[in-house]
Amino acid sequence: MPRLVSHPDEVKIVSRRFGQGASKIDRYIELGGYESAKKCLEQEPDWIINELKASNLRGRGGAGFSTGMKWGFVPKQSSKPKYVLVNGDESEPGTCKDHLIFLHDPHSVIEGTIIAGLAIGAKLGFIYLRGEYRYLLENVEKAVADAYARGFLGKNIFGSKIDFDIITQTGAGAYEVGEESALMESLEGKRGVPRIKPPFPAVVGLYGGPTVINNAETIATVPHIFAMGSAEYAAVGTPRNGGTRLFCLSGHLERTGVYELPMGYSLKKMIYEVGGGIRGGRKLKAVVPGGSSTPVLLPDEIETLGMDFDQVGKAGSMLGSGGVVAIDDQTCMVEFALRTIGFYQHESCGWCIPCREGTDWLKKSLTRFHAGFGTANDIDNIQYLAENMLGRTFCPLGDAAAMPTIAFVKKFRKEFEDHLNGKPCPYAKEGAPELTVV
Amino acid sequence: MSPNNAKEEPLTIFSPQLAARFDALVEKYPVRRSALIPMLLYAQDEIGYLSDAVIAEVARRIGITELDVRNVASYYSMLRFKPAGKFNIQVCTNICCMLRGGYDVFDRFREELGVGHKGTTKDGLFSLEEVECIGACSWAPAIQVNYDFHDELTPENVPSILDTYRDKAQTKGPATNA
Repeated sequence: MPRLVSHPDEVKIVSRRFGQGASKIDRYIELGGYESAKKCLEQEPDWIINELKASNLRGRGGAGFSTGMKWGFVPKQSSKPKYVLVNGDESEPGTCKDHLIFLHDPHSVIEGTIIAGLAIGAKLGFIYLRGEYRYLLENVEKAVADAYARGFLGKNIFGSKIDFDIITQTGAGAYEVGEESALMESLEGKRGVPRIKPPFPAVVGLYGGPTVINNAETIATVPHIFAMGSAEYAAVGTPRNGGTRLFCLSGHLERTGVYELPMGYSLKKMIYEVGGGIRGGRKLKAVVPGGSSTPVLLPDEIETLGMDFDQVGKAGSMLGSGGVVAIDDQTCMVEFALRTIGFYQHESCGWCIPCREGTDWLKKSLTRFHAGFGTANDIDNIQYLAENMLGRTFCPLGDAAAMPTIAFVKKFRKEFEDHLNGKPCPYAKEGAPELTVV
Repeated sequence: MSPNNAKEEPLTIFSPQLAARFDALVEKYPVRRSALIPMLLYAQDEIGYLSDAVIAEVARRIGITELDVRNVASYYSMLRFKPAGKFNIQVCTNICCMLRGGYDVFDRFREELGVGHKGTTKDGLFSLEEVECIGACSWAPAIQVNYDFHDELTPENVPSILDTYRDKAQTKGPATNA
């Protein structure tokens, strides 16, 4: 069972009900649940969207796009049914926040989905979890059934004239399905390959209908915004970055765990205070700030860095999905790069060439390099290859592999050069298991 | 719809529960085909893997070709075309688990079971797989045994985890893949 943690600096909004039995509908209602949905039922769709815009809530999946604006793009009139999709295909290495939401507060996702439906005029919502989360699907399914039994879902929700249904399902093991259009393909019973954009999902999405697709944390945040008021929510964060985030602290930290901290919170404090510093008294070598696809940062780059979309972007990386991976000074960065790329090579859907061939080539080069068979040219070639993948693929998976690779080579060039002496990894610990990479 | 199987009334290999689940699923979605991926998972859970017979029956029930089912199924890494052990052990070695000893855990499983990646023990009880991120990064290293998570592991935990599942197999008897 995932361990819950807490720290005095936390501002608990999304995680407010964690560990309090809120999976049970009575407890959820006791803790103020479903009040926001009722409030939104009495309002016009435009009011809902404007409130959300004012909250400065930005997508928690990684792109950080304004949720209110996204909802506003959906046409008011449509000949085809509209849909709400909740993306719980949480698969970015370093990210495990939705895991806790589905476990501890599934009703917040349901309530957020209802509100999104009211805002865009949809009658059907889907909650899509990754295939590995079967026990969480069962938790969400139970919550959905309870909401139906209370009349919060189905015909005439909350005694209104509005109908709203929710369908839940899981995927079957595919990182790429976390991409919005690939998720729609998967929901339509197809291979999870991305679609060419435009048209964007807001206009042509699931089954060809206008569709809003949001990350599960984004959706779970929505009811809290209407409970506390958009201005108050926005005030918690930094300008243009409203509220809090669930940061998943992992790697070589003393106190790993999922902590809810205000947007803009210092990354340095996150590592040394909230996370308790590097375990075993070692030193920090590098941080991956937002899931494995985000470029790695060096200790001197995090000195004054606040964790919001804009500041991390300025520092040359991304806030991404909130997965903060701390790496200690005993780690071989070539090995880390190889393991990172091994993932993207495994998960590339194979549809477009720069990603399919590029990730494969990168993995082969890095494997050879790590084993001590690299040449000096390989270092530049790895960087050149990654730079030529950037921006040349249909979906962001190609970038997700290229961006961290470029950063690893640029920031740890010396470690790459240290592998050039014809021997296997010079950083390998005595008796360390051999890296296999599936 | 499905030219290969449309003629006679075919026998089902699904249990009544699975067949009922299928009937409910295809009705639930706006488009019948949307039930495909959940259905493949549920069928795999009951039968153990996507055998030719499973693929044929899923294709017939949804009304698409077997080739279409295979084309989709081959995309998803949790779907398998060969039997696995009764308990499929999936050890995450992705970055967060790697940093906290995921490879040591994987190696200990290899030692204890005497099989490697994608291997199955002779008694058919366990299969072993090295997998990508399973969404338990803050509680690394983590594994899944079928759908159950075990997190914050050390290699020393491995024998007792195996014993837990050996006991389960004993009490339940030699059942099909749960």
